[in-house]
Amino acid sequence: MAPMLSAELRTRVGALDLDVALEVPARTCLALAGPSGAGKTTILRAVAGLLRPDAGRIACGGEPWFDGARRVFVAPELRGCGYLFQDYALFGHLSVWRNVAYGLRGLSRAQRWARAVELLERFGVAALADRRPGSLSGGERQRVALARALAPRPRALLLDEPLSALDARSRGRAGRELGRLLAELEVPALLVTHDFAEAALLGDEVAVLDGGRIVQRGPAPELAARPASGFVADFTGAVVLTGAVVAAADGERPLTVVALDGGGEVRSTDGGEGPVAVSVHPWEVTLEPPEAPSAGSASNRLAAEVVSVTEVGNRVRVGLALPQPLTAEVTGASVERLELAPGRRVVAVWKAAATRVTPR
Amino acid sequence: MSGAAAHEPPGAATGAPRAGGPAARLRGAWFPLLLFAALAVALCFLALPVLAIFLDTGPARLVASLGDPSSREALRLSLITTTIAVGIVVAVGTPAAYLLATRRFRGRELVVTVLELPLVLPPAVAGIGLLAALGPQGILGGLLDDLGIRLVLETAGVVVALVFVSAPFHLRAAQSAFAAVDRRWLEASRTLGAGEARTFARVAVPAALPGLAAGVALAWGRALGEFGATLMFAGSFRGITQTVPLAIYDRFATDFDGALALSAVLVVVSAALLLSVKLLARDHGADALR
Repeated sequence: MAPMLSAELRTRVGALDLDVALEVPARTCLALAGPSGAGKTTILRAVAGLLRPDAGRIACGGEPWFDGARRVFVAPELRGCGYLFQDYALFGHLSVWRNVAYGLRGLSRAQRWARAVELLERFGVAALADRRPGSLSGGERQRVALARALAPRPRALLLDEPLSALDARSRGRAGRELGRLLAELEVPALLVTHDFAEAALLGDEVAVLDGGRIVQRGPAPELAARPASGFVADFTGAVVLTGAVVAAADGERPLTVVALDGGGEVRSTDGGEGPVAVSVHPWEVTLEPPEAPSAGSASNRLAAEVVSVTEVGNRVRVGLALPQPLTAEVTGASVERLELAPGRRVVAVWKAAATRVTPR
Repeated sequence: MSGAAAHEPPGAATGAPRAGGPAARLRGAWFPLLLFAALAVALCFLALPVLAIFLDTGPARLVASLGDPSSREALRLSLITTTIAVGIVVAVGTPAAYLLATRRFRGRELVVTVLELPLVLPPAVAGIGLLAALGPQGILGGLLDDLGIRLVLETAGVVVALVFVSAPFHLRAAQSAFAAVDRRWLEASRTLGAGEARTFARVAVPAALPGLAAGVALAWGRALGEFGATLMFAGSFRGITQTVPLAIYDRFATDFDGALALSAVLVVVSAALLLSVKLLARDHGADALR
C-alpha cells in the first residue's frame, strides 16, 4: 500500500486557532502556502511529533501517529519523518558527513561514512564531507540538510521554507534542484512557504492557509485562475480591486458589471452580487496610449495615471492609479514605446475573461 | 575595590592635561584613560596578595613545605574530596540543569531560586544547615545512623559540604549553557531517530560543552577553597577532614611560613585547574559555537 500521509488536527498556539484536514498521497508534494502566522509551521511540527495537537488524527501509511481520542502519540524519533528546518539546523559541532550519518543506525562507522558520502555526492557536495557546517554557504547548507533528512529513508518529508534562508541569486537554482528531487521522491512531501510562486514551483498541489484554516486547495494554476476569495487572489499575486456588482451576468447578459469604489467600471465573465473583490494578474494587464481606439466590450479599458515604473528581471512593473492602485507587468519595449514615466496618462486594458469576481 | 573608583587615576587627572598638547584632543581622551586606570587599579589590588604569597615564600620554602607529610596529606585529601564532589555535582547537576533549561513547568522559578540559594548563603550558615539536616541530631540523622552512614567528622562529610557549596555554580552555568543550545538542533536530532537520551548525549552536551566546562571550573574552584561549611560540618582532623584551606588556618597562628607555603601550593593547583578547564573548553568551544 502506498504510504499516504493524512492529518486532521485542531490546536491552539498562542492566538492562533488551527483547524485543518489534509491528505498527501505518496509521490505527491503538497505546498502549504500562506502569510506568516497562518499556522503552516505548526502543522509541520504536529506531523513530525514536535508538537502535540489538542485533538485530531495523524497517520502515515495506515500507521497512527497521533489520535487525540485514543490518546495515541508516537514520539518524533519513531515516526521516521524527514524534516528540513527553515535555517537547516545542522549540528555545528559535527562535520558535514557526521551530520548526514547522524540518522543512520545499525551500521559500522565505515558503512555510515560510505552512505553519507554517497548521499552528499547525489547533492554534489561530497567535497565538503569533512567541513564544519559553519563554514558552508547557504546553498551548501541546504543540500547537506536535505541529505541528512533523506539519509534514514524517511516515510514522509517535511520542508519548512526550504528556500527562504538563501539569497536571491542561489534561490532560483536551489528551487529547480529541489523541484527535481521532489519529483523523484517516493514518499509524501509536505512543504511550507509564504511565497505563492515557490509553492507553485515545488508543490503538485497548493493549499492556501489563512488564520489557521485551509481556504482553498488545488493545483497552483487553478488557484491563480479561480481564486475562491479575495485573499487567495491577492496571495497568488493578483491585483485586487474593490467594488459592487451593478449588473450580474445572466442568460441575456454575458458579462457582470462591477462599479469600482472610487470610480470606473469593470466587466467580468464571472457571476456575482453585492460588494465584491475584483482581481486580475498583473501580466494580463496591457497598457495603451489614451488616444488608442477601443477594442470592444469584452475588454476592460480604464484610464489610469502611471505612479511608478520598476524593473523586475526582464519585465517591468508599472504602478497605476485608477484611482484604486493597479499593477501592470509589461515588457521593456512597451515602456519605451509608450514613454512610460510617473505622471503619464495611459489606458489599462485587460480581458473580461481574465477578471475574477469573488464575494467580499 | 571601592578605592579604585574613588581615587582619581593619577595619570588622567594630573599629568596629561598639563603636558602641553592641544587641550581639546586630551579632553576627548579622558574617558578611555579613566577606563585603563580603573583596570590597572583593579589588577594591582587583586593580584598583589597572590603575588605576595609567592614573593614571601620563595621556591626553597615551597619545596620544603611539600616535603612536610602533613602538607602532603592535606593536599591529597583536598584533591580526592574535591574530585569526588565535582564528580557528583556533574553527574547529578548536568541532567537537572538540562531539564530546567529545556522544559517549562509550574514552580520552575521557585525551584531555580532554591537551587541557587547556597550561592548567597554564608559558609557558617551552610555548615549549621548541614548539621541540622544530616548531623546526628539532624532531621535525617536517625535515618543515616540506621543505614550505618556517618558523615560528621568523616571524610564523607567533607564531600557532602563541598557538594553543597559548589553545586549551584555548576547548575547555573550548565543551565545557561543548555538554554543557549539551538532548540532546533534538539528537534532535528529527534526527527532523525534519536530519543531524548541520545539527543542529550550526542547533541545537547557537546554543543553546551564550553559552558559546562566553565561550570566545572567554577564548582571545582569553589570546592578547593571551601572552608567554613567543612569546618563546621566535618571538623578539622588531620588526614581525615583537614583539607588545604583548613590546614592553612590551622597553622597560621603557630607557623605562618608553613601556612604561606601551603597557600602558594593551593594557588598553583587552583590556577592550573582553572587554566586547563578553560583550554579544554576553548578547543571544543571553537567548533561547537560555529
